Amino acid sequence: MELQTVWFFIWGLLWAIFFMTDGFDFGIGTLYPFLGKSERDKNVMIHAVGPLWDGNEVWLITAAGVTFAAFPIVYAVMFSSLYSALMLILFALILRGVSFEFRNQVDNPTWKKVWDTCIFVGSFLPAFLFGVAFGNIFQGIPIDQNGVYHGTLLTLLNPYGLLTGVLFVCLFIVHGALWLLIKSDGDLAERTEKLVGVLWLVLTGVAVVFLGASYVFTPLWKNYFVTPILFLVPVISVTAIFGIKYFLTKQAFFKAWVASALTIVSCTFFGIIGLFPNMFPSSIDAEYSLTAFNASSSPLTLKIILIVALLFVPIIIAYQAWAYKLFSGTVTDEDLAHDESY
Amino acid sequence: MDVVMLSRLQFAAATMFHFLFVPLTLGLSVLVAYMETQYVRTGDETYLRMTKFWGKLFLINFALGVVTGITLEFQFGTNWSRYSVYMGDIFGSLLAIEATLAFFLESTFIGVWIFGWKKLSKKAHAIVMWVVAAAGNISAVWILLANGWMQHPVGYTIRNGRAELTDFLAVVTNKFGLLEIAHMIPSAFVLAAFFIMGISAWHLLKKQHIEIFTRSFNIGLVVGLVSSLVVALTGDLHAVHVTETQPAKLAAMESHWETQAQAPIFLVALPDEKNERNKIEIGRLPGLLSFLGHHDVNATVTGLKDIPKDERPPVLLTFLSFRTMVALGTLFPLLTIIGFMVRKNLLESRWYLWTMLLAIPLPYLAIEFGWVLAEVGRQPWIVYGLLKTSDAVSPIATSQVMTSLVGFILVYGLLGITGFFLMAKAVVEGPKLEASNA
Repeated sequence: MELQTVWFFIWGLLWAIFFMTDGFDFGIGTLYPFLGKSERDKNVMIHAVGPLWDGNEVWLITAAGVTFAAFPIVYAVMFSSLYSALMLILFALILRGVSFEFRNQVDNPTWKKVWDTCIFVGSFLPAFLFGVAFGNIFQGIPIDQNGVYHGTLLTLLNPYGLLTGVLFVCLFIVHGALWLLIKSDGDLAERTEKLVGVLWLVLTGVAVVFLGASYVFTPLWKNYFVTPILFLVPVISVTAIFGIKYFLTKQAFFKAWVASALTIVSCTFFGIIGLFPNMFPSSIDAEYSLTAFNASSSPLTLKIILIVALLFVPIIIAYQAWAYKLFSGTVTDEDLAHDESY
Repeated sequence: MDVVMLSRLQFAAATMFHFLFVPLTLGLSVLVAYMETQYVRTGDETYLRMTKFWGKLFLINFALGVVTGITLEFQFGTNWSRYSVYMGDIFGSLLAIEATLAFFLESTFIGVWIFGWKKLSKKAHAIVMWVVAAAGNISAVWILLANGWMQHPVGYTIRNGRAELTDFLAVVTNKFGLLEIAHMIPSAFVLAAFFIMGISAWHLLKKQHIEIFTRSFNIGLVVGLVSSLVVALTGDLHAVHVTETQPAKLAAMESHWETQAQAPIFLVALPDEKNERNKIEIGRLPGLLSFLGHHDVNATVTGLKDIPKDERPPVLLTFLSFRTMVALGTLFPLLTIIGFMVRKNLLESRWYLWTMLLAIPLPYLAIEFGWVLAEVGRQPWIVYGLLKTSDAVSPIATSQVMTSLVGFILVYGLLGITGFFLMAKAVVEGPKLEASNA
């Protein structure tokens, strides 16, 4: 396999891991105002993501960093074309990050309300906008031969872009609700369990519409008809979605969460495989599309960062898995009593 | 204003704001790790209370440093897309390596440290803090190597209309970058030491928590003295290398117009860029600039007049940044030496405690001016000698940058005020009485 192809799929994998990990943080943040009735509920929700969100967010930094390193032209055109959307994501992520740290530092209802709002906005907005951005990439972006974007922020808010945004939000709130089920008990857990049944139905509906809409609005399915074995990936997505329901009814919440993680990863790969070899297709003329082959770094750079990735990504996964294990289990009152914790 | 100027302002604002938090993170993380280690080794609860007190300030600061860091990475793509295309092969890989090697480690383990007090053994918990501290500093090493490459590109060839990597080893052993590392990381420790001493001084002036803050102050003294001497030494070596690699920056640093041997430094000077001279020159010290640049009083130093006008950095800003940085950098070892002399009677030396309290902002100023010098002094180049800043900007609308710049000023302004308020609150509240309960 060519280096560019290898990097294309590592690139996809990094996005998939980012959505799988920070996805439940976004989900819990989005559900926060709806499920967090009491002060204790809110603190349980914050503690459910508190030890992990920062490490999760680094997958985004790395996904962006790898785009820069392995596909500099894609990085340049993608980030400058999606300028306003990315700035909104950035502001949202900034507010989310400090909210966790700042919220409990001052015991004042107005103060807490401000940061509560930031947690919600800072979680919902990136979830939605990442979806909108990827939806538009799947569809094609109005860029010319010089990589100059012909459109505005509103251009991105087309039906398919919005649908993908909604899909992302649904994936993440289901994912987040399942994580919360693992982390909470009592009344909060009961309300979450009730809600997740409804959310699952919505997700399944949106996913079906999305798969159909992708056929109408995007060339994503093309690669699948060329290489039918690839149909396995969307089949896994659909199976995993039903897996969520299956494990939910068995009250095996961790397994349901794993099924949800698999749903997110396979959905991401559904898009990534459909995109290949395009990374940032032009809707003006296919000639202007940026691909893994016309936008990559030099072979030497690709080799060096491949060595770094092969050496360190397994290590990262190992210590992150250790951190997840360390903070597994229900958030207890003793956990909540620590005052260095947010 | 055009897209270039607005993007520069935005990048400068984002970097300088980010850099209010990073240096303290680098230095304080190591000191907190040291305090926690002392606690584990001796079992002395005072060290635990110190760890928790300084740890809390560290975390508020850390949060602001982390969230404002993403902005910098994003901006290369959003605002400097032509730079990214031209330099991504090398610069992008350094950023990606930084994230993979260091940032993951730091961000994962900081969560473990914050939430892991009861879940880990005392020893393991202290080790976690060392991991955080090491990762933060490794992160800085890679970022400075990336910056060093922009200052003095090496190990590349121009192919396919962009700089492509030919020698990775040359990039990671780039002398410019290594000198930046040797100068900047100790600066971060100076800042952290002065931060600790200043806050300790405040409590000692109020005669409260005397044991905790005397110990903290003494740690600050040692670290402050050693690191401020290292900063001065490496600053000197760095200046010689700048003379070799960036003659225009050196000339602007001292507002030196005529190429000459035994080039002087003036105690007081004021650049007049329009007329290519200095308006004021008082206190001529012959040969000193030659010595600064070449370690030889007779050496010839290139003047600004021999550098094409469109390749000169803004002289006044570069000059003032350098002067301020050096003046402050000279003050730091002096202040710590005085500290060693009055150490036995620290509580009675109220004038000294007041001085150290008021000195808290000074390392911040020095370190920010150091960056202004490094970055403004490199202009008009974004990558020295290869790519001009004006050719590096994204093809985007002015209005977009204007909007985001206003957004940054608002959000960062509010965050800055909030962060300052929270740190001040934590300082005033002081250490908890029963650390083991916390």
